[in-house]
Amino acid sequence: MKNPKIYLDNNATTPLHPEVKKALVEAMEVFGNPSSMHEFGREAKTLLDSAREKVSSFIGANIDEVVFVGSGSEANNTVLSMLACPSKHCCSFQSASKKIITTKIEHPCVFETAKCLRDRGIEVDFLDVDEYGKINIEQYKEILLRGGVSLVSIMTANNEIGTIQDIKMLCHLAHKHGSLFHTDAVQAVGKIPIDVNDLNVDFLTLSGHKIYGPKGIGALYVKKGISFCPLIRGGHQEKGRRAGTENVLGIIGLGKAVEMRSKEMAEEEKRLLRLKNLLKHGIEKSIPDIHFNGHPDDCLAGTLNVSFSGAEGEAILLYLDMEGISVSTGSACSSGSLDPSHVLLATGVGAEQAHGSIRISLGRETTQKEIEYLLEVFPKIINKIREMSTAYVRKDK
Amino acid sequence: MESNWVYTDKVKEHFMHPKNVLKDDEGFKPDGEGMVGNIKCGDQMMMMIKVKDDMIIDCRWKTYGCASAIASTSVLSEMIKGMSLKKAFKLTPKEIMQQLGSLPEHKIHCSVLGDKALRAAINDYYQKNGMTDKVCKEEAKIICQCMNVTDHEIEDAVLEGARTYYELQERTKLGTVCGQCETEAKVILEKYIKEHFK
Repeated sequence: MKNPKIYLDNNATTPLHPEVKKALVEAMEVFGNPSSMHEFGREAKTLLDSAREKVSSFIGANIDEVVFVGSGSEANNTVLSMLACPSKHCCSFQSASKKIITTKIEHPCVFETAKCLRDRGIEVDFLDVDEYGKINIEQYKEILLRGGVSLVSIMTANNEIGTIQDIKMLCHLAHKHGSLFHTDAVQAVGKIPIDVNDLNVDFLTLSGHKIYGPKGIGALYVKKGISFCPLIRGGHQEKGRRAGTENVLGIIGLGKAVEMRSKEMAEEEKRLLRLKNLLKHGIEKSIPDIHFNGHPDDCLAGTLNVSFSGAEGEAILLYLDMEGISVSTGSACSSGSLDPSHVLLATGVGAEQAHGSIRISLGRETTQKEIEYLLEVFPKIINKIREMSTAYVRKDK
Repeated sequence: MESNWVYTDKVKEHFMHPKNVLKDDEGFKPDGEGMVGNIKCGDQMMMMIKVKDDMIIDCRWKTYGCASAIASTSVLSEMIKGMSLKKAFKLTPKEIMQQLGSLPEHKIHCSVLGDKALRAAINDYYQKNGMTDKVCKEEAKIICQCMNVTDHEIEDAVLEGARTYYELQERTKLGTVCGQCETEAKVILEKYIKEHFK
């Protein structure tokens, strides 16, 4: 393969689907403000309505249950921040005691918001997870039993290790104890079937750029009848639930992205799983002293997280980058902080294993040839790093 | 490599083609050896030196760490060949960094271990050759008696990003009980900021 440019970081973001690109180019001419009553405004409103219809039907929601927002982070912040609204006029969570349950492996936009709420006097419980990243059900039940929990927020699938939680069961338990349930499904929507009615969640977050749509667009599902408090106040857009002129192009792109997902998702899941297994077995066969992170079965088809003992993640990432292969790492060194991935640490792996981890996330453009190329260069790279490492002693010596 | 690489060309060159890495089968016999850092923190370095007439004539190293840790040990290993022990002992992270062009600020802590490993190796050489009077241990001085925080910990906090007294307190809890150490801690804080970042 000459001058490869192999993108295996699809959990970070995805390239635009060609059909999304086409839809965006066509929609580029439309500039009207959907809130305007004249023809230009109506034209934009029609496209916006059509996208809302696509997004809502994709997750089994009603049209007016979908709120378009600027990102998955905004959607998650909106839900959690409702608990801290100081206004006496706010109808959300005012009567309930303010207590949240979330997990130790949430995306920072939930994790950090929860910590912030805790600093503001709201009681927050961060659930432990097991070695595979599955939440501790006994601990969850115990906290729910104590009562007073107003909101549970648990991600559907983890961005780093791909572990999928049983959201339907977790939500059922929360409701049994009178708590509302939110799930950050940014990594799950468009990859595994998600139906809000089946899950029975009260809030669900999704994002455009993880499923071949544009960046800067997300959606929040809010179950009908659930009280709500907007994060961004101002105009009457999104039925007063998110002020600010709608990102019409982004919304059109998101609409097209979910439309394409509904056509391609099932087949792609099978294909990605086959490719991931090829990769997994290839690594196992050619590189000693490794450890796969995440759940072996309940895991996103395209996510593989692996730790290499004695080799640091950023070094692996950069050597792979030199070979034209883009992956991600849970190593602290690439993020600018000194602590490695909080997700990996929560699964109980040691700091060294967390420092030496790589996330390979496949997508709809990933080919078998690319996986084979990665498998060709991977052992050499790991070997090179291990040869200069203080932390690796070859077992065969 | 594409543009916008986070590191300078020099860092990239040393990362891609590290010099003087110890090969397990080469039978390198060091006169002094030093190991510092901790894998748990993400960085560990080992430096081995060969000495003749108080000069470092050869060296080997191993590093567990990121690209800048690897590159800074590699560049250091080139710098010290032919250098007197006395001069090598005084090498600072800043000088290593200058050789590399520069490093992103949050990577500077990676270059600090190199000079520490080198000093450990030189001390080891002195120790082994009966020159114990020359051994210069970097003993930590307790600055905050209440929370048992040393000047070394203040230096680590600076390297990890603390720039103000408040940030230093957040990381070390220094001065949070009686507060008597505030003045001295501020002086040391400024000293390390100047030493590593100015």
